[in-house]
Amino acid sequence: METLLGIVGKDYTLLAADAVSARSIVVMKRGEDKSRPLNDHNLMVFTGEPGDAVNFAEFIQANLKLYEIRNATPLSTKAIASYTRRELADSLRSRNSYAVNLLIGGVDPKTKTPELYWMDYLGAMVKVNHGAHGYAAYFCSSVFDRHWKADMSLDEGIALLQKCLHELRTRLVVNQSVFIVKVVDSNGIREIQV
Amino acid sequence: MGSRRYDSRTTIFSPEGRLYQVEYAMEAISHAGTALGVLATDGVVLAAEKRTASKLLEQSVGAEKVYLLSDTTCTAVAGLTSDANTLVTYARQQAARYRTTYGESMPVEQLVQRMCDLKQGYTQFGGLRPFGVSFVYAGYDTHRGFQLYTSDPSGNYAGWRANCIGANSTNAQSILKSDYKDEITLSEAVSLAVKVLSKTMDSATITSEKIEFATLSLDKSGRVRFHSYSPEEIEGLLKKEGVNTQQPEEEK
Repeated sequence: METLLGIVGKDYTLLAADAVSARSIVVMKRGEDKSRPLNDHNLMVFTGEPGDAVNFAEFIQANLKLYEIRNATPLSTKAIASYTRRELADSLRSRNSYAVNLLIGGVDPKTKTPELYWMDYLGAMVKVNHGAHGYAAYFCSSVFDRHWKADMSLDEGIALLQKCLHELRTRLVVNQSVFIVKVVDSNGIREIQV
Repeated sequence: MGSRRYDSRTTIFSPEGRLYQVEYAMEAISHAGTALGVLATDGVVLAAEKRTASKLLEQSVGAEKVYLLSDTTCTAVAGLTSDANTLVTYARQQAARYRTTYGESMPVEQLVQRMCDLKQGYTQFGGLRPFGVSFVYAGYDTHRGFQLYTSDPSGNYAGWRANCIGANSTNAQSILKSDYKDEITLSEAVSLAVKVLSKTMDSATITSEKIEFATLSLDKSGRVRFHSYSPEEIEGLLKKEGVNTQQPEEEK
């Protein structure tokens, strides 16, 4: 029932996650942030069993921080995604595997190239221009297909995201009213209101 | 001699605060064939002197002093070749492991650091002798471009613009110091390496059997290209630099 959306634009990556924490049929909280910054220019959004997901995201976050302290160099988006995928794939083959789906978006601060990686709990990873997790994927993939184009400005990206959210609000049986939307560009990560 | 009691102990300081086995290991290297590296703006050169130049030796075994560690890093060794083989295998494993985890090639300094961590262990944990090898590493990564490092048996490492290890290394270093200039190109660096090697090697004439040569550079698509010189290429290089032309007169 959870939703993740990601869009690659001209020099930014746009990530959105529903802000609802639900258990069974009950909404426990609205305003839950299902994202974790991995470093200054990379952001992860995730869904899954609440405890699992947060724990895994913060584990990755901490390990990447450790890497930066040890080696005094930040990792690229590709390296972060590969590392995270590896952790998920190893976890899948352990007794207690993490059931976490995620999107990792980032921008190379030097070249300003944005990247987005789609990853599921089975350790499958794809580099994509737009991606979605959850039931949203059924509704939004077609919207992305129709309206996504290369080198979109931030305004165009936000407009595309709004189209997706509109589609979800009209067609998805579950009403996810609140979304947290974040932009990653060469200036860093910031939250925007959509 | 004050050193005797502490000679055999790799991990115990002498009263003067020295680790003799480590110092002896470094001494062993200063008798080994020279290996040198020169950092240029568009690449790195590694050159090494081979000591085992017997006429009966099979030359087809390939390089014995210059090794490729990963797709972006190579190294030249001075010291015990067998020890070097162990460390080279280790380095290759580390570089490959990094690649499987992060999907990118390992930054050069990290690889050097890993090697040095292993080497350092043998100066602290007892019952073993230190590795009797020094390395000159040449590599490229996106963080710092082309890089040149050396490491010794104590586990120390440093980055250089040009450096030399092995026999006659102080001599070679002084030539490098006087002849190295900033903004040197790869082809100038190759000439410099040939010049230094020709002046520091004991033998009167240099042949392709006695030296190894390799360069690291970027090709047109921006990929790292490792080039190990074939014997013919080395002969061509020596001819071009005119290394052996003046020697025959002196020999008579």
